[in-house]
Amino acid sequence: MTYSAIGERGFAVKITRNRIYELLRQGKRIDGRDPLSFRPITVKTGVVEKADGSAIVSLGSTKILTGIKVEVGTPYPDRPNEGVFTVNAELLPLAYKTFEAGPPDERAVELSRVVDRCIRESHAIDLESLVLIRGEKVYMLYIDCYVLDYDGNYFDAAVLSAVAALATGAIPKYRVVDGRIEKIEGERMPIPLRTVPISVTMGLIKDVLLVDPIPVEESVLDTSIIVGYTSDSTVAAVQKNTPGLMPASLLRQALETGKLKSQQLREKLLGCLGDAVKK
Amino acid sequence: MKRVVKLIDENGRRVDGRRPDELRPIRMEAGVLEKSDGSAYIEVGGTRIYAAVFGPREVHPKHLELPDRAVINCRYHMASFSVDERKPLGMTRREIELSKVLREALESVVFVEEFPRMMIDVFVEVIQADGGTRTAGITAASLALADAGIPMADLVAATAVGKVDGIIVLDINEIEDKYGQADMPVAMAPRLGSIVLLQLNGMMTVEEISAGLEMAENAIKTIQQSQIDALRKRYRVEAGGEEL
Repeated sequence: MTYSAIGERGFAVKITRNRIYELLRQGKRIDGRDPLSFRPITVKTGVVEKADGSAIVSLGSTKILTGIKVEVGTPYPDRPNEGVFTVNAELLPLAYKTFEAGPPDERAVELSRVVDRCIRESHAIDLESLVLIRGEKVYMLYIDCYVLDYDGNYFDAAVLSAVAALATGAIPKYRVVDGRIEKIEGERMPIPLRTVPISVTMGLIKDVLLVDPIPVEESVLDTSIIVGYTSDSTVAAVQKNTPGLMPASLLRQALETGKLKSQQLREKLLGCLGDAVKK
Repeated sequence: MKRVVKLIDENGRRVDGRRPDELRPIRMEAGVLEKSDGSAYIEVGGTRIYAAVFGPREVHPKHLELPDRAVINCRYHMASFSVDERKPLGMTRREIELSKVLREALESVVFVEEFPRMMIDVFVEVIQADGGTRTAGITAASLALADAGIPMADLVAATAVGKVDGIIVLDINEIEDKYGQADMPVAMAPRLGSIVLLQLNGMMTVEEISAGLEMAENAIKTIQQSQIDALRKRYRVEAGGEEL
């Protein structure tokens, strides 16, 4: 497993690239958007009743389902007073013609690690409140993201769906009885969140920035970067996820652009979630 | 985040006595492995890494071949004994991700279109990890590519900046990575003024990132000079003692 670009290759790419760049210089996109506009977002939560939290997020026609399952387990030895969470991501073979079944390839590993980084480094989940017996028993959250339909930018869609599932999830409640863990039947609690992490994927062609690229754009970008922001616009995660040169000056511009876009996206997400948010 | 040690003392010195903008001692050498087409060894503080390059050679497996450019294959791997707790054999998810970002950083400068239907293999083996292994690994890999005679737009060099006790520091070590607030590895093509690898784990403001990048850029120029010195040393010896 080595080279694994999603886009097409060949001379047609160079023609497409020129066309996309010329449009961008006029402030337009190949699909009619502004360079700094996201595609329409829809959020459906509670789509899988057996999950402890779930959401399908559509970003244009990119569609990602995240489900959360909770178990009780032992904490990491170096973090005895914190609950545990892991993020996994799969590029399902039904989502795109080049996605194959089998163990996660480097794209899927990168996706899961970037989603994990956005949630973990922003301290989004209050892990200290997910402890049952210090050093022994804690809540373990398994956050699994499935790409159902791929039309570009699975990073931002995955973060949105993971956050939507976390914000609206209701996990089983446990109690400690004589040093043993017992599930409280019929009782659930919200997942304690401290911030709403949002990622913004930005692409660069020559000197022009765009957000939320579709596959035809992804295949001609000079490079791209994903930046995760907390609710107070601190940067918590960065991943330059494609080859290519990123001039330092344009990176600074991207960080500022992403900040603004993340605020709009967060507002949009919270608006979509509305009353579904468990507080 | 839990803190067990004070990371910056009252004199502004770090756990290993460095100033915030000070690199650890770096030593590197080109051409250290006989059978590869190019190789390098690097030490950055306690971090020790070998890198080797094979190719351009035939693509294996064949279906990865590209008609208009070379394929770069990269494996970043840590020895089981390189870390405090033995690392299980095989590739972890972290190693898979780092292999990808390392490859992409190198791909940014290699003239891949010079070698259609060929493959360039880059292997990075961390034999001891003391923080900054991906950045030291990329510095070594770039040196090994140059040693193999692969044409590149620039020699990529890298370091990490971090935030510890609220202060932006250069070239963070293992303790600072573990107990600090942020770790931001940066690789650049300094001659081109461009970033080829960038990641961030942890919270920094946009302004702090800008300040960190500036600090990293200056250090990367210094590291690139060490790469150039290592290449001079290697090829001066082979040319029979003549100064290049």
